[in-house]
Amino acid sequence: MKTDDLIAMLGTNVEPVNRKYVLRAIGTAIAVGTLVAAAAILLAFGFRADLTTTRAFIFLFSKLAFTIVTVVLTAIMLTRLARPGGERKISIVWVALPFAAIMLLAAVNLAFAPSAHWERMIVGDQWLECLLSIPIIAIVPFALIIWAVRRMAPTDLRRTGALVGLIAGSVSATAYALHCADDSLPFVALWYGGTILLCTLAGTILGPRLLRW
Amino acid sequence: MLAPEAELKNLMLAGLDGDAAAHRSLLKYLSDYLRAYYRRQLGRVGRNATDAEDLVQEVLLAIHTRRHTYDPVEPLTPWVHAIARYKLIDHLRRTRTSLRDVPIDEAPDLIAQEDQDSTESTHDLGKLLGQLPEKTRRAIECVKLEGLSVAETASRCGLSESNVKVSVHRGLRALAAAIARERER
Repeated sequence: MKTDDLIAMLGTNVEPVNRKYVLRAIGTAIAVGTLVAAAAILLAFGFRADLTTTRAFIFLFSKLAFTIVTVVLTAIMLTRLARPGGERKISIVWVALPFAAIMLLAAVNLAFAPSAHWERMIVGDQWLECLLSIPIIAIVPFALIIWAVRRMAPTDLRRTGALVGLIAGSVSATAYALHCADDSLPFVALWYGGTILLCTLAGTILGPRLLRW
Repeated sequence: MLAPEAELKNLMLAGLDGDAAAHRSLLKYLSDYLRAYYRRQLGRVGRNATDAEDLVQEVLLAIHTRRHTYDPVEPLTPWVHAIARYKLIDHLRRTRTSLRDVPIDEAPDLIAQEDQDSTESTHDLGKLLGQLPEKTRRAIECVKLEGLSVAETASRCGLSESNVKVSVHRGLRALAAAIARERER
């Protein structure tokens, strides 16, 4: 094929392009993923039944604040990484910020608690449920976001995959927080943070295979 | 005469709004830059420069089908360069060249030289189109090769206009994927 023939073909009947496409597609994928994950958690486990105390409200709010802030910051990073050369325009600081904050709060919390309470604060009641639910429920949002990013043009597939995994894990953790009755910051830091990290690792491995174009 | 970046960006923005002539001249300019870029880069790693035209065409298709990923507030050259470099590294990886030999280059290297001496690529458009589903192929032939309007194509093929647009879009993406697969052999 001659390059001029290809150019003539591509330059015939050129459709206008929606300039908000990247933001809209990523936003939609994350929003739908969040709805699916929340529905899955509420159908499987139900909303937390013990929401009668102020303490429970504060913890529900704190968990949601942690996961939602993470989703928003990483989603902004993804709108850059999904574009060619975007790896030069992102900063790990914004991604690490919510995790650093929750770990700091957890450390302060432990420092002021008697050491006899530490095990209970860290392990909680439902650590296994948390460890399994967040990665499993992250699969649907992961697939939705990957599907959206496949229509874009990331040039650093490993990092883009990692970020998609991180967002999917955080979306899933947001949904899990609706059910989770383990009210302690060290629990959230370890089990939410840890499961989100697992999802990030899975994304790092899968990214180069799933996102190649 | 504008500097290449400003001129290319103007053409890109007009193309994004549906200006076919601007889009065509953008692709023409870029193809000359890309040809020089790939001949130079492939030569540096000791590879045969005959692959250059295949890569030029693959990148033109990628630029066209993924132009919605260009952020209009950013300069254009780094965007094109990132695509060109991604495809270069992908090509070398698929053909098992040591990536340590790939020189680091920056966006200005892309528009450093022009090369209008195009050769024919190994891609066969007829064969590639033959791999597409019937409806998609017809839509591309009518809209992109014969230059019929979307409305004319819709009435000729008995499809809705949005269906024609989606088919053309999908078809071009499938062509880009087929060209990338061909390179692996």
